[in-house]
Amino acid sequence: MQYPHCAALISIALILGGCATPNRDLIVLLPDKDGKVGTVVVQNPKGGTVLNTAYATARTAPDGSIQSSQAAQGEVKEMFGDALGAQPPRPISFMLYFESGTDQFTEQSKLEVKRLLAEMGRRQAPDITVIGHTDLVGSDPSNDTLSLQRAERVKSILVGMGISAQRILTAGRGRREPLVSTADGSPEARNRRVEISVR
Amino acid sequence: MLVTHLAAIRRIAVAFVFGLVPLAAWADDIAQFKVTKGTVYVERGGQRLVASVGTRLQSTDTVVTGADGSAGIAFIDNSLLSVGPNSVLAIERYAFNSTTHEGVFDTTLRRGTLAVVSGKIAKQSPEAMKVRTPSSILGVRGTEFLVQTGH
Repeated sequence: MQYPHCAALISIALILGGCATPNRDLIVLLPDKDGKVGTVVVQNPKGGTVLNTAYATARTAPDGSIQSSQAAQGEVKEMFGDALGAQPPRPISFMLYFESGTDQFTEQSKLEVKRLLAEMGRRQAPDITVIGHTDLVGSDPSNDTLSLQRAERVKSILVGMGISAQRILTAGRGRREPLVSTADGSPEARNRRVEISVR
Repeated sequence: MLVTHLAAIRRIAVAFVFGLVPLAAWADDIAQFKVTKGTVYVERGGQRLVASVGTRLQSTDTVVTGADGSAGIAFIDNSLLSVGPNSVLAIERYAFNSTTHEGVFDTTLRRGTLAVVSGKIAKQSPEAMKVRTPSSILGVRGTEFLVQTGH
């Protein structure tokens, strides 16, 4: 502790609830890669604000309240250039299908596996989640089990191709995320798939 | 420290005997460094570990960067967090159910700069991801944003 007196004063100030130099925050909402904008709700003891437009900004005023504005030109790059420069590449998904009733990938999926391997080669320390999906035939629990089994099977195929098992997580998403919307109970080959998310 | 050490050894020994945890598989790992520049380390249970690309993170780890440091981390729900120089980012709580996508993700940026691309946890449950600073709390509803905190 280099400045014990200062720290003590700040502690006292905090206890009294009126620190002379409140922590200053700056929060900037960014558009997604596809231009969509989400929402961030910012709150502190003195109030709050909702950010929901591109480059909407919240910052702590000298009195400790939160004020919203728009990020100034160049401010984002100046303040956040290093953090943005260190962003990992975006995760990418690959979709694999089996020939009906077999353990063999379809011809299209064999090409997709090549693309997956190439993508992993381009990334630093890549890791993947193999995610099984089912169609809307059957119950949640049975589809959870089935989808995880499919994911495990694909994992073992990928390990056989030389991908380290330590880089692979598996997940069974069951019937929660159909690619094509169908009526409940409809068999649909496009939904019986295994997705590989590469990070 | 010795107690922690013994506890860790015992845990590993138990894991081996019962074959519970394949060593170096994911187990408690929730994220991985994909980018590191300059000085970057992880504080875990009172220890300080130098971080490099491929280093894995666990819930309750704290990431620290030096004046020359920056780092990018990918979580298993596809959330991406990256920090600039002179930053301290504590992962307070992380849980992700890969079947339902339910989870919790609480982090605190004690100092510095942070860029966030939210992942499956925030997409599934709008209130499940929180980012705090020493003075503010941010609720995240599926989005990308930046945070800077300091005096």
